[in-house]
Amino acid sequence: MTLLDVENLWVRFPTRQGIFDAVRGVSFTLGRERLGIVGESGSGKSMTGRAILRLIRPPGIVEADHVSLEGRDLLKLSEKEMRGVRGQQISMVMQDPKFSLNPVMSIGDQLIEAYRLANRSGRGKAHKASVAALESVSIRDAARVMRAYPHEMSGGMGQRIMIAMMLIPGPQILIADEPTSALDVSVQRQVLSIMDDLVTSRGMGLIFISHDLNLVADFCDRVLIMYSGRVVEVCRADKLHEAQHPYTRGLLNSLPRLDRPRAKLEVLKRDPAWSDAPSVSGRA
Amino acid sequence: MSMLTIKGLNVWFGKGRDRVNAVTDASFTVEPGESFGLVGESGSGKSTILRAITGLVPTWDGKIAVDGQPLTHKRAKAFYKTVQMVFQDPYASLHPRHSVDAVLGETLHLHGFSDIDTRVAKLLDDVGLGQSFRFRYPHQLSGGQRQRVAIARALAGEPRILLLDEPTSALDVSVQAEILNLLTDLRSEHGLTYVMVSHDLAVVGHMCARLAVMKDSRIVEVMDVDALRSSQAQHPYSQELLRNSIGA
Repeated sequence: MTLLDVENLWVRFPTRQGIFDAVRGVSFTLGRERLGIVGESGSGKSMTGRAILRLIRPPGIVEADHVSLEGRDLLKLSEKEMRGVRGQQISMVMQDPKFSLNPVMSIGDQLIEAYRLANRSGRGKAHKASVAALESVSIRDAARVMRAYPHEMSGGMGQRIMIAMMLIPGPQILIADEPTSALDVSVQRQVLSIMDDLVTSRGMGLIFISHDLNLVADFCDRVLIMYSGRVVEVCRADKLHEAQHPYTRGLLNSLPRLDRPRAKLEVLKRDPAWSDAPSVSGRA
Repeated sequence: MSMLTIKGLNVWFGKGRDRVNAVTDASFTVEPGESFGLVGESGSGKSTILRAITGLVPTWDGKIAVDGQPLTHKRAKAFYKTVQMVFQDPYASLHPRHSVDAVLGETLHLHGFSDIDTRVAKLLDDVGLGQSFRFRYPHQLSGGQRQRVAIARALAGEPRILLLDEPTSALDVSVQAEILNLLTDLRSEHGLTYVMVSHDLAVVGHMCARLAVMKDSRIVEVMDVDALRSSQAQHPYSQELLRNSIGA
């Protein structure tokens, strides 16, 4: 079943040197699955995620044949209608919890605010729901965390709180933009497994944006590989290591590996033809 | 004789009941020309060891000796011709309003060189940037190019030890490969000794021959990379770290 259908998405920025195309004709669908988007910095992967939620401010331009969420074209909605979509139907988790949480509001107040925006309810009920949300992301001492402020939390805790907050309104789609890049390897796994449990148990669709190929291969069902604003290859995540495109191969080979030591790492040789080739469709 | 000897090093921040012990009783030695890795989670104290060696943390005791000479809390000028550091974030470690030429020229001047012009040109060639980059500003450079400038700056005083604090963790994997190759080449050309901090076991495994695993301010294990590759880590924490990295 298709939750989200994106057809021919473009993101453009006018600059003094002319129009810069950050995303160039990307098409894909998202079902109840974990879809990974990988690429280097500047490949347009984050812009794709932001464009879906219409978070790109003018003078940036977003164009597409359609971005439909259950038949509704998000690009045709008014800003007011869009506010009902953000958070309620599609949520987003950003890279660094330090910049996503309000530093002068206690965590409890932020969660309660999120809950009451989604549900008309009293503070008592909102408080209970918030504690439950924190517990669902494996935060043990939820009552204490409710009273704490963001600076008292570690990076891993902060990111789990963000995930809890995003899941309170019960969205159908979660867009996670590098959710674990700011975290340690050991905490990374923990946050991912929590996200995985929540997504599978609620039957949500997940767009997982990352530059980490191994992580995506491990964690997602399907992967889009982006290069200079276009999708160059689509493959099943467990088949990522058999990817065909020279760009994907180059990225995989440039990673140092413990089990295969060598004196020199392979360096990616870029072919101008990669950015000229038409975008591959990511339709399931 | 070892190039770098650390013995019973303690580093702390704050005092009284606010005191935090960032490094507790750390000991290891690094031979000349060797590449030594420090791995562990954030907050385990691995970067703090580098900062103590380079003189950025005043609150330490124990023994740090470079080339047999024990270090005092105040460092002589000559020390910085032996030891230099490359920092994690190339976006933060270069002055935004100084051109590459100014950054390298000033460093060379401080090291007391007179043939600055030819040395700037040579440094840029050494790190693979070429002369066209000489009068650019940091915002005109990519992350990888900035890190090359930071490495050139560290090499300006012709040091013998380079302290590398997560030199590639802010970079894309394709750029990471270029920088790691550059560091490998520079080590063999200049006979440098490296101490490299990273949270990425694969990167340390690629660059270093030996490594120390840190947890909660202590070194829990020092081992060869070969032992790491064959999964012979002894300490449960090293084993867990290894599992997390190989599973990826």
